[in-house]
Amino acid sequence: MGWFSWKKKEKKPVEPPSAEELWTSCSACKGMLFKEEWIKAWKVCPICGFHEKLTARERINQLVDQKSFHEFDARITVSDPLKFKDDKGSYAEKAEQTKDKTGLKEAVITGRGKITDIRVVLAVMDFNFLGGSLGSGTGEKIFRAIEYALRHRMPLLIVSASGGARMHEGIISLMQMAKTSAALARLHEAGIPYISLLTNPTTGGVSASYAMLGDLNIAEPGALVGFAGRRVIEQTIKQKLPDEFQTAEYVRDHGFLDMVVPRKELRDTLGRLFRYLQNAKVE
Amino acid sequence: MYLDFEKPIEELENKIRDLSAIRESKPEVQSEIESLQKQLQEITRSIYERLTPWQTVQVARHPERPTIRDYIANLFTDFLECCGDRAFGDDPAICGGFATFEKFRVMAIGHQKGKTVEDNIRCNFGMARPEGYRKALRLMQLAAKFHLPVLTFIDTSGAFPGQDAEERGQAEAIARNLREMSRLPTPILCVVTGEGGSGGALGIGVGDRILMLGNAVYSVISPEGCASILWRDGSKAPEAAEALKITAPALLKLKVIDEIIPEPPGGAHRHPEGTMIAVRKALRKHLADLKGMSIKKLLNKRYEKYAKLGR
Repeated sequence: MGWFSWKKKEKKPVEPPSAEELWTSCSACKGMLFKEEWIKAWKVCPICGFHEKLTARERINQLVDQKSFHEFDARITVSDPLKFKDDKGSYAEKAEQTKDKTGLKEAVITGRGKITDIRVVLAVMDFNFLGGSLGSGTGEKIFRAIEYALRHRMPLLIVSASGGARMHEGIISLMQMAKTSAALARLHEAGIPYISLLTNPTTGGVSASYAMLGDLNIAEPGALVGFAGRRVIEQTIKQKLPDEFQTAEYVRDHGFLDMVVPRKELRDTLGRLFRYLQNAKVE
Repeated sequence: MYLDFEKPIEELENKIRDLSAIRESKPEVQSEIESLQKQLQEITRSIYERLTPWQTVQVARHPERPTIRDYIANLFTDFLECCGDRAFGDDPAICGGFATFEKFRVMAIGHQKGKTVEDNIRCNFGMARPEGYRKALRLMQLAAKFHLPVLTFIDTSGAFPGQDAEERGQAEAIARNLREMSRLPTPILCVVTGEGGSGGALGIGVGDRILMLGNAVYSVISPEGCASILWRDGSKAPEAAEALKITAPALLKLKVIDEIIPEPPGGAHRHPEGTMIAVRKALRKHLADLKGMSIKKLLNKRYEKYAKLGR
């Protein structure tokens, strides 16, 4: 070891982690959480059970067998067909900021991987990217993932987390609902399994297209699932809605979700479900 | 009813009406009436040639604009309305049934708006609930089973945002329609006649050809809704209408629609008969086109049409 490196080391003593690095608080119950444990539990609060949003990368790490994930179409990104501007600036600028902030190029990551050793095609949305909104790049990536599943006869999992269609791409965003649903029609006709996992939140144009079209629709506990926003509905009907309105459990009880599955059981449950959809014979 | 920007039209029409009332006793006003009528035509044309997107929204929402009932009465014979989704109920916000268009038997389906308050309360201002979308799908599948083309007429501010609609699966109903319409083995011809309000419009709007009346609008979100979210101020709707590109020429350029059906200057609410002639002509052409195609080719082209959007 050289003289210089020795000196360098002395200058940078290892600092104990600050309290902020060690602790965080639950965004639902505000309880103090030991960060490392909370992250290990995939961001589920040990006190109240609140399921914090996961990024698409975190979700893939949680669900997919180690080192089995191969990403598709990583270069597909936002386009700006309307040259959209609002009073705060252009959509193009906003998209660039979002890309820098999230390290993503679109609101969905697609690819193939294994879930409990079953080969699946995945499309996992990320709410941090413009509210997980469905734009043309998002739609195209999902469309391609569905077509890949169709070509290779592989089961499909779409994990939704979205406020709905992306306003900034106008009608082209709306058309992504039709586009993805058309691809799902072909998957459906080919008899290839599709499970839709709805996470907090899944609303608007995403719930009104692929998220509700699974052979099985499952959701995480407490996830907001619906079409119209609570405020819009309250203004329309001039009534207060019950607290549990549009929660996963409420939507399940009204017949639109097969099951509500806690995050820690998701991977295992998905594996078991895909096995039912793939083979009548126990291997 | 006159829209804000129709003031010059209103003034001229009032003058013509006043002069016409005294024509019997004062025949010399005839030439003035004629010149005013000429002026009226010119001014109507010039106003309607230069509508801003927000003014177009006003025209598309005009309470006197033709509704599905007018289209049915004027374009079809032998209409037989069919009700119900066979699961929950019948939604008066969607009207559908067998209809004969010239030499074709078809299934006609559309959003139902009313012209009076009572009408509108009955049909919920054209805002459909899940049972409406499910009725539409049932009728489309019935049509496909018996090889009838489907014609849809789109005119809604959106799917109904209500507690009951959510509880009965508004999202699922629309989603299912998108999937099933994309593969329905019969021609589907869609006409946006007034307001194309987001998912509520798309729920009966997936097809082989999408036509749009000249003053209709079609948007992912209402200009008011977009303004209140992105501008944080609902009154900025005119700006949002501009930014969202929701007019027929803009959508033609984006290849979301296939053809614009021109409205007479002054709009469909002022000239319903001229509008019907234009719609009839367009339906005749596209229906004949689609009927001439094999179902396999039709479905492939329909799939490709959506695959290409936003690529």
